[in-house]
Amino acid sequence: MSVTVKIPTQLRAAAGGEAEASLDGATVQEVLDGLFDRFEELRARISDEDGSLRRFVNVYLAGEDIRFLDGLATPVKDGSELTILPAVAGG
Amino acid sequence: MAVSHLQCKECKAEYPLEALYVCDQCFGPLEVVYDHSASTGDVAELRRRIQGGPQNIWRYADFLPLAGGPPGPSGRLASRVGLPAGCTPLIRADRLAERLGLREVWVKNDAANPTHSFKDRVVSVAVTRARELGFETIACASTGNLANSVAAHGAALGMDSYVFIPADLEEQKILATGIYGTNLVGVEGNYDDVNRLCTELCAEREWAFVNINLRPYYAEGSKTLAFEIAEQLGWELPDRCIVPVASGSLFTKIARGFEEWTELGLLDGELPRMNGAQAEGCSPVASAYAAGADVCRPVKPSTIAKSLAIGNPADGPYALDLARRSGGGVDAVSDDEIRAAIKLLAETTGVFTETAGGVTTAVLAKLAARGEIDPDERVVLVITGEGLKTLDAVRGTFETRTIAPSVEAFEAGVRQTVSV
Repeated sequence: MSVTVKIPTQLRAAAGGEAEASLDGATVQEVLDGLFDRFEELRARISDEDGSLRRFVNVYLAGEDIRFLDGLATPVKDGSELTILPAVAGG
Repeated sequence: MAVSHLQCKECKAEYPLEALYVCDQCFGPLEVVYDHSASTGDVAELRRRIQGGPQNIWRYADFLPLAGGPPGPSGRLASRVGLPAGCTPLIRADRLAERLGLREVWVKNDAANPTHSFKDRVVSVAVTRARELGFETIACASTGNLANSVAAHGAALGMDSYVFIPADLEEQKILATGIYGTNLVGVEGNYDDVNRLCTELCAEREWAFVNINLRPYYAEGSKTLAFEIAEQLGWELPDRCIVPVASGSLFTKIARGFEEWTELGLLDGELPRMNGAQAEGCSPVASAYAAGADVCRPVKPSTIAKSLAIGNPADGPYALDLARRSGGGVDAVSDDEIRAAIKLLAETTGVFTETAGGVTTAVLAKLAARGEIDPDERVVLVITGEGLKTLDAVRGTFETRTIAPSVEAFEAGVRQTVSV
């Protein structure tokens, strides 16, 4: 299953300059693991030591914050779009 | 100028004073750092400098993140650039205090700003910095008050503006934005959807989104509320401040303002107890506070207090930390309590606030009823916006008698039921 991951500007230097990446996986976790395998530097930027998302990172599946879904265990469908964004905006 | 650089609040990585808001390394928020070493020591001189400044937030320019100082020549009373904010009244509210069994309550009425909310403070700073950085277009994601302010500042300074709001916002706030000739975009969704969209747009456009890529500068504007409160109290700290919490930025920056002046010797004493106020229909920070958590779980907002309806608060962890270390707290109140508190404030002080001020006043009443406020405390209630912007909240809360224009009709129809 192919999922498009949109990479925020702040992380593009660590992702070979790419704005998005196409990856396989059945859950958000699997897709992100695939992203980290491809761009190892992204792992520590996005994840804590215990593998959970850093607290200032938001991940959206088709525009919905994954914390309203099943978090990293949320299943993804073929053609889904996953967006990584900084959480510190707004207010 | 004392402004030095940007620094990540989490990992302390340093960045130049540009349109940056998030740390590349850990995604933490960036914050402005100052070097006040040149001004420490001579407190009397510092106070004189402030008191000799204009009657607006630019009197605090030494503590704001502008490379070029205040924007344009300003006399003490006349300002020649933009829409100067600040120097709003601090009113002693004895009748409110009496109703709540307290001794000393002050109302900081920030509805008395150019577009009738505290947002003019943060927008003035962000837009001035945006001009210094060479931006020609300003933008924002807004729950309403910010929309009014960004649109008006764009008009005042001749800059293009784009304002993004939830499509179902109060009509008054939509009208009071569009009239300034901005590009107004209603987004199908809640504020958090608007904010996500704008965070994405921000990366693709050369615009100054005041509360995204300019957020470190923008947030600094809220410190001026603390500076004014302290100056208006005769260079003294209050014992407690009650502040509405949406993203948590205002709440934490008011405390930062008190701390900054205390570090410089301009104020003496403990940080006031900081109490955050949220609506039950959007209380991610109050819920986390009650649960003893140090991060907030996002919520889908459903409250009449739309200006506070941020379900995913960016400064949530810092707001929680502040409430705990200052000995304050974060409480939530129901929509009915909000309506009652708008009326209470209006009836006892003559200040008509929007729903956010109802939230703040309701939390004051709740703390007083719980006996959490010592009667000797000096309490400041921060009222951030104007009642005329959320008229639906008070519709139907009182009756108007209509009579024929004759004394007889008045005597017959009104006199018996209304005490005159």
